Amino acid sequence: MEAIKGFFNLVADPRLFFLLSVVGLVLIVWKREAFARLSVGYGLMGFLAVFFLFGMTDENFVLIIAKPDNVPIVALIFLVVFFTWYSMREAVLNDQRVAAGEDVIEKQESDRVWVWPDLVYTELIALVLCTAVLVVWSIALEAPIEQPANPANTPNPSKAPWYFLGLQEMLVYFDPWLAGVVLPSLIIVGLMAIPYIDTNPKGNGYYTFNERKAEVTLFLFGFVILWTSLIVLGTFLRGPNWNFFGPFEYWDVHKLEALNNVQLSEYLWVRGLGTALPDNILVREGIGILLSLAYVTVLPVILARTVLKGYYEKMGPTRFYVGAFLFLMMLSLPIKMFSRWLVNLKYVVSIPEWFFNI
Amino acid sequence: MAKAKSIQPQAGALERAWNWLTETQIWTSVFRHEAPISDRNRVLVMLSNVFLHLHPVRLKKHGVRLRYTWCMGGLSFFLFLVLTFTGVLLMFYYRPTLEYAYSDIVGLREHVPLGIMREMHRWGAHAMVITVWLHMFRVFMTGSYKPPREFNWNVGVIMLVLTLLLSFTGYLLPWDQLAIWAITVGSNMARATPFLGYEGPGASLLAIGDVQLIHAADDARFALLGGTFVGEGALLRFYVLHCVALPLVIGFLMAVHFWRVRKDGGISGPL
Ligand code: HEM
Repeated sequence: MEAIKGFFNLVADPRLFFLLSVVGLVLIVWKREAFARLSVGYGLMGFLAVFFLFGMTDENFVLIIAKPDNVPIVALIFLVVFFTWYSMREAVLNDQRVAAGEDVIEKQESDRVWVWPDLVYTELIALVLCTAVLVVWSIALEAPIEQPANPANTPNPSKAPWYFLGLQEMLVYFDPWLAGVVLPSLIIVGLMAIPYIDTNPKGNGYYTFNERKAEVTLFLFGFVILWTSLIVLGTFLRGPNWNFFGPFEYWDVHKLEALNNVQLSEYLWVRGLGTALPDNILVREGIGILLSLAYVTVLPVILARTVLKGYYEKMGPTRFYVGAFLFLMMLSLPIKMFSRWLVNLKYVVSIPEWFFNI
Repeated sequence: MAKAKSIQPQAGALERAWNWLTETQIWTSVFRHEAPISDRNRVLVMLSNVFLHLHPVRLKKHGVRLRYTWCMGGLSFFLFLVLTFTGVLLMFYYRPTLEYAYSDIVGLREHVPLGIMREMHRWGAHAMVITVWLHMFRVFMTGSYKPPREFNWNVGVIMLVLTLLLSFTGYLLPWDQLAIWAITVGSNMARATPFLGYEGPGASLLAIGDVQLIHAADDARFALLGGTFVGEGALLRFYVLHCVALPLVIGFLMAVHFWRVRKDGGISGPL
């Protein structure tokens, strides 16, 4: 028992958790034919169910999972896992049909049916089921109401509503102006830009993986790993002082975590060159600023000339550079994560005087 | 045992009542055609019923399949309707002031019979956030944002943001510890808006001589909260946004969204 709990506490550590999700995604994409098997789907759902049932025997686990506002996230985990599996399965099945020289299933089913009754009744059933679920859920689980608002008494941890906890989790790696303002705006802009950047005419109106490998992989990375799993992390695994707690760990307010993060400028001047930090801010942070600028200006050009040459030629300069910029912005989060975990890097550019930290 | 007879059974009382009912002037004034069991009437029902007219008359078989759409768009819309309905009921009881907000919410449970409206509203809201995400996920996985549906995808993204904002503004209204601190954490971000937040990069550049243009009492966060902290002003602002402004906008966009689904050729499918 304790060993199992210890194991899950261990793998839930943000570093392992993130690394394992990435490995998982790679496996899903690479071994998708195996992943698409029915047994894998049942297995995944079964594993989740057993895991949560097992968890319910642990009081610390229950304390977090059974908080009324956290219940939807349990549902979210099941649903996202299920639909990831399901859509990959549909895609793989279609790809196999195409490989066998058949039409995709959507094409085979393109003869027309009457909306009344075929669609109207389906909608009616969905509606009744949805109402039933909602009513039962509402009777079974009371909406939370805590003590009256008291501005003088800050709870620890203070958490945003659950759907923003991925963003709050980013605060570990980025300052609020990036994690709370710039990156969320870029997520919105990035989503809106998708149809204009992705000019691949294939895969329009049916599930497929082979015809749009890069798009699907990127989206799964963004939606399942960066968005959903960070929400799960932020909700279930972050306790007082935003410290990490395993799912079976007690949320101890006094848990201490060593803070030994180092600025890039300190690495450079103090540890590298053995001098004091220069007084001039721009000199002090020069390398970091150049690095950051190069990341968004020089790197895309290099990519366009080398590994992504094919895409550059297909997409043309505007689409390519906008796409590359958004892609690099998305990638900046894992980059920041890994440089934190590997070398304790705090900020690449650190100018607290101007509230400007990257 | 009696032998089965081949005589037509007499029309039963129910059937006769039904026939009478469907021939009354009241009935025929409401329903302009017979039950949709013949092809002709299946067309008529879609064309003449205001609630159904957003649908086409016929559509491709895969489009009605759960395996294709997961019904997530439909459920998002349905949940929105549930939320509108329960929300109106909640508005009968709830007053957005520091004095009453909290006790009105507590009263909902204690004084209102069968009071699960608050639960329906809260869980429905959580559920809608999830269904909208999954809807987006499905639209992506079927490549349905590709031409000619680029614009509708964009309408969708805006509705996604509005859905989150609706949830966020609603979260404050119970005015308990959970509410104000979640909103405090969330809205503190606005303080760091580049140029427009007083702790954001570049804000200090916006100054005329010695006078700072951006400070705690006029920055982006202040605009959001109507104050420098989550207080009376924020409560009223969030209430108005939550109950009036955002639902109106999202309702309008839904009309656009559904219209465009039709105009873009119905549910997407292989060309
Ligand atoms: C407020 C939330 C939303 C509602 C009520 C809604 C409703 C719907 C409905 C009922 C459909 C018909 C097909 C289906 O059910 O899948 C649909 C289709 C569509 N939605 Fe949404 N939607 C919402 C949000 C979004 C979002 C967030 C996106 C994308 C970012 C989006 C993009 C689309 C697109 C592109 C279609 C056409 C799909 C096709 O033809 O296959 N919608 N929407």
